[in-house]
Amino acid sequence: MTLRPDLRLVADLIGADSRVLDLGCGDGALLDELITNRSCSGWGVELSDDGFYGCLARGVPVVQGDVDRGLEDVEDDEVDVVVLSETIQALRRPELALREMRRVAQRGIVSLPNFGHWRLRLELLTRGRMPTSPELPNQWYSTPNIHLCTLSDFEDLVGESGLTIVDRIPLDGSQRRASGLAGARPNLFAAGAVYSLERNSDILNP
Amino acid sequence: MTTVDGPLGLVETQRVVLFEEGSPLVLASGRELAPVEVAFETYGTLSPERNNVVFLCHALTGDAHAAGHHGDSSERGWWDNIIGPGRPVDTDRYFVVCPNLLGGCQGTTGPASTDPRTGKPYGLRFPAITVKDLVAVHRALLSHLGIERPMAVLGGSLGGMQALQWALDYPTEVPGAAMVCATSRLTAQNIAFSAVAREAIMRDPDFNGGDFYDQEKGPELGLALARMTAHITYLSEEAMRQKFGRRRQDPSAPTPDPDAPESDFEVDFEVESYLRHQGTAFLDRFDANTYLYFSRMMDRFDPFADNQVFERLKTLVTRFLLVSFDTDWRFDSSHSRVIQRQLARAGVPVSFREIESPWGHDSFLLEVPEYHRTVDTFLDSLWRER
Repeated sequence: MTLRPDLRLVADLIGADSRVLDLGCGDGALLDELITNRSCSGWGVELSDDGFYGCLARGVPVVQGDVDRGLEDVEDDEVDVVVLSETIQALRRPELALREMRRVAQRGIVSLPNFGHWRLRLELLTRGRMPTSPELPNQWYSTPNIHLCTLSDFEDLVGESGLTIVDRIPLDGSQRRASGLAGARPNLFAAGAVYSLERNSDILNP
Repeated sequence: MTTVDGPLGLVETQRVVLFEEGSPLVLASGRELAPVEVAFETYGTLSPERNNVVFLCHALTGDAHAAGHHGDSSERGWWDNIIGPGRPVDTDRYFVVCPNLLGGCQGTTGPASTDPRTGKPYGLRFPAITVKDLVAVHRALLSHLGIERPMAVLGGSLGGMQALQWALDYPTEVPGAAMVCATSRLTAQNIAFSAVAREAIMRDPDFNGGDFYDQEKGPELGLALARMTAHITYLSEEAMRQKFGRRRQDPSAPTPDPDAPESDFEVDFEVESYLRHQGTAFLDRFDANTYLYFSRMMDRFDPFADNQVFERLKTLVTRFLLVSFDTDWRFDSSHSRVIQRQLARAGVPVSFREIESPWGHDSFLLEVPEYHRTVDTFLDSLWRER
């Protein structure tokens, strides 16, 4: 089975032999790749029944649960990398997720859609209605994405969470690495991005 | 081969002597036991590669007769709803093995068996047993059947405890272990309930230090009370409310007879009648001494207290599935969470899910669809990788 292109980008940011915690892991495709082909270990957290069964069928370790309730069971520095792939915009408390990410791992990988993309801005400006796109197809009242933000918004939260951006890969509309304008001005031209984050060494940060 | 999905038909309990005088079972305590006979049932067909074995471990009061029937098709095994063609424990695919536990009273050597040294039943002279000893006998049974390793070990409650112990003791032997509403360590409250059950049995005037087998009756009152107490912990409050509410056995019953005031304290509410029935029905099939040995064995179970376990976890090949039920208050979800944390922290692949069910601890014996689908998916993944 081929891995979704953005998940392949995420996988490439994770070193072999890493201990990985994938929050909102869906059907476990990313963990399957990491465990099967990159000698990683770890587990996923997934709320949906479909996702849970998908993981179980693949043999990917999964705990059914709600990321918004925090990771109180997980110890400080228990894993090497925490992944939030297309998850953070669906959480009630994204800031809690980043804080927990920072607590339990040195590194974090986050991918998210960019609500600052020019097409969405234009749609809001011209139509005066909440925009939809191939990545964000739902109406405002039925979307699971309750905390949409622009890449710049997200980067502000990263800074406030005591994390540093090590790498940022802009994505195009087909979830692949974007080039050209999207690389130069991602907040305006990228459909989304994958971030590689690291915990600040500054112990005074939260 | 095509079979219609549905229940198993006629099945048979088999017996085999696994340990004899010359080659006794050496218990974890160092004591020796022989002979050890085991009653067991099997369902399905062993594959030529002998790699499709699902080993079932029963709980405190179970037996070898997990599925199918022994002649009367309305009287079915205790886990019949999950076992059979097309069911989660699919007998078209898997070779299912279910023995009565060591120390039991349904065909396997236990306190009611004859002690060869005295020619009389062991009673309390039966050696103390641990979950490790149960696993040792399970492995001997597989070996007798010409099977090197199970594909999966599956059990609820005490059954799950055996699955855990098996994987921890033989880290390269068990590809999959599924533990349903199990625990790695009883809480003080759990032990308190065990204690009440044991006191009820041992204080019964007919207990006679465990030597009651040649008496007209054994500690029936105590055993029935033990069962009644345990049954309260197997159901949730919600389940009791749904099942019985405050309904009366006989709402038209007359007011108490002044000449027989004690009649006022006989069974009045339906829940009382239910518990009394559970207690009495238990007497026909269970041995009071087995109850003592098993409940004590569960109290003492604590595999993660053994520091060597963490060394063995590094080589563990087992994938675990933990399932709990949200209304289970005997072994609530926190028990499964503790196991998940212990294993995941050591890098062991473990999946966990709490399932909604109003039926409390008893849920593991019932047909809860999400629970059955979870077990099905887990076994299927092991089968495809076997």
